Amino acid sequence: MLCSHCYISNISLKIKIMSDIQSNERIRSKVILLSKKEANFAKKEIRRSKMTAFFMVTPLLVFLLFAFVAPIGTMLHRGFYSPVVASLIPDTLDKLNQWSGEGIPNDDVLTSLAIDFKRLANERQSGKIAAALNRNMPGASSVVKSTARKMRRVDDAELKANGAELLLNAHEKWSNTKIWFALRKAGETYSDTHYLKALDLERNSLGELQVREASQIYIQLYSKTLKLALYITLACLIIGYPLAFYLANAPAKTANLLMIFVLLPFWTSLLVRTTSWIALLQTNGVVNSFLMSIGVTSSPLEMLYTEFSTIIAMTHILLPFMILPLYSVMKGIDPSYFRAALSMGARPISAFLKVYLPNTLPGLSAGALLVFIISVGYYITPALVGGTDGQMISNIIAFHMQQSNNWGLAAALGTLLLLLILSLYWLYDRFVGASNIKLG
Amino acid sequence: MKKQKFPAYYSIWHKLGHYGLQYSANLVLAFLILPILVIIPLSFNVEPYFTFTEGMVTFDPDAYSLRWYEGMINDPNWRLAIKNSLIIGVFATLIATILGTMAAVGLSSKNMPYKRLVMALLLSPMIVPLIIIAAGMFFFYAKFGLAGNYAGLIIAHAVLGIPFVIITVTATLTSFDRSLYFAGLSMGASPLKSFFDIVVPMIRPGVISGAMFAFVTSFDEVVVVLFLAGPGQRTIPRQMFSGLREQINPTILAVATVLIAIAVMFLITLELLRRRSDRLRGLDEHA
Repeated sequence: MLCSHCYISNISLKIKIMSDIQSNERIRSKVILLSKKEANFAKKEIRRSKMTAFFMVTPLLVFLLFAFVAPIGTMLHRGFYSPVVASLIPDTLDKLNQWSGEGIPNDDVLTSLAIDFKRLANERQSGKIAAALNRNMPGASSVVKSTARKMRRVDDAELKANGAELLLNAHEKWSNTKIWFALRKAGETYSDTHYLKALDLERNSLGELQVREASQIYIQLYSKTLKLALYITLACLIIGYPLAFYLANAPAKTANLLMIFVLLPFWTSLLVRTTSWIALLQTNGVVNSFLMSIGVTSSPLEMLYTEFSTIIAMTHILLPFMILPLYSVMKGIDPSYFRAALSMGARPISAFLKVYLPNTLPGLSAGALLVFIISVGYYITPALVGGTDGQMISNIIAFHMQQSNNWGLAAALGTLLLLLILSLYWLYDRFVGASNIKLG
Repeated sequence: MKKQKFPAYYSIWHKLGHYGLQYSANLVLAFLILPILVIIPLSFNVEPYFTFTEGMVTFDPDAYSLRWYEGMINDPNWRLAIKNSLIIGVFATLIATILGTMAAVGLSSKNMPYKRLVMALLLSPMIVPLIIIAAGMFFFYAKFGLAGNYAGLIIAHAVLGIPFVIITVTATLTSFDRSLYFAGLSMGASPLKSFFDIVVPMIRPGVISGAMFAFVTSFDEVVVVLFLAGPGQRTIPRQMFSGLREQINPTILAVATVLIAIAVMFLITLELLRRRSDRLRGLDEHA
């Protein structure tokens, strides 16, 4: 048997708990017989062993707090924290915050902003404001850039005297209150904008929540990610269940040999497996050449860079996570139950549904939850074989981290994904037990 | 195929079901293994394509070559990637194994406070999506000068390997008979001596297989490397990732074949370890 040692089924866990309770009672009845001194000594001994156990775990806990928990905490914080604009034009923002919101702000604010624009243009920093403002108000980027360019040419004294007028003449949009709301919003060091955006929401000028007007893509993206994860989980279940059943009921020698077919993919690099799917599915790839040579199709099918290729490659990659827990649960089911049901006149199908299937539920839920959890957060395979319509939430987070440099939004999207995963993990821990995750 | 003997009460549907199961199981096994096997002959292709040429199908020796393997060995980028993967993998494995084993020993004690909570925390790096870990580390590690160098990557990969060490060592410890340790104490050994002379040899197979899992995790990891590594720390998977995105070149297939060979070696080693561990614990080989 290749993998008997890790998985503790729920049943044996329950038996363990029962025996723990019994042994506790035994201890309690003994304690009564102990003298006070002895009882104190025993107490001290338990406390000492508690401390020893805790000190063994402490180095790892400290290490993980620094190297794992703190980075994730920073990311959560990043979703709220956007210091860029606030640090670039602090004076203007101070004045802008006095603005009532009716009409355009007074000349003082306008002049201050004009002076800031000249300074930023000289420091080559105006692009940062342009990008930040553009996220709150699409199209604002070009307004900022062209204004900054114009202000750069004006000399300081002139700017001080006539800044407000110059700014209004530089671009017509500065006479619109909308851009000033957007600027004030972008200037907040802490804001919920990113989180709202990740949920396709925004605040209107009165501060009320509403569905985002510009575009609603993220809710759709989350539901698409969940949909793909569900398809992958179902595919793993449908093709994994019969194989696990077959392996669990085959003679030990055959099962051991065939288990290699499951474990070798498990140990093979993820990138190798993704590479092989690219080789198989591409336009001139193995599958297309084969289909064309046997005459199924005359022109190559477009299979790579689609949702289909993401699903099939990820099913292949995650299948062992489904088969291994199913196999070890099925291994422990006595085949005579099934035969007993048959001998009492049940048809094979109803015997399977009513007797066998319920017995495999622990392994089934463990495998399905694990596959679902892993596939919801997957990045590499969709990035390489997914094309545009096979992208999942992780890919969009990576896009905002690396290409659009909208780290706040990436952090907010990541936080929502983390919440989703943690609630699934909590379910897993409840029904399966985190310590029962099994490895080959 | 051997002719199957069925019990007398089997109906025709039952027999059909039996064969159906056998064939579908074989199909799934083929689905699992063929995509991996197909890489191996393709890596010997003389042409720069990811597909079988006519010459390869007719077994023309001229259609096969070792040029992609030569390319891999002679390319300084791949050589650097191999070196980086080994450096990062080995050090990350050392950290993960030492800290993970200690923690697993502590966790297996009956008196460990908050056991379930701590366990869930220690295993969570396995569950949290890599993209979230990578993004968080990207923000946090830069503040401590841990971005763009080996130290940051080693720490990050140690984090990812720790859950595997905990799982394998805990599994060995659950079947470890603690009275052996106390027997050592009662015969006058100090706790440390008793630990190193009795406990360590017994849990060694679990520690080694945990270390192997940790090493493979690091050796195969690419998301964190994408975010944290500078150009000097490109690893094998990172090099494959950019190769697959930018210019697809059969050198990747040669590298993939080498990685498959490594996976086979790991699989064999683990199986031998498992047998040894069962023997040490006095379990029947054929149980």
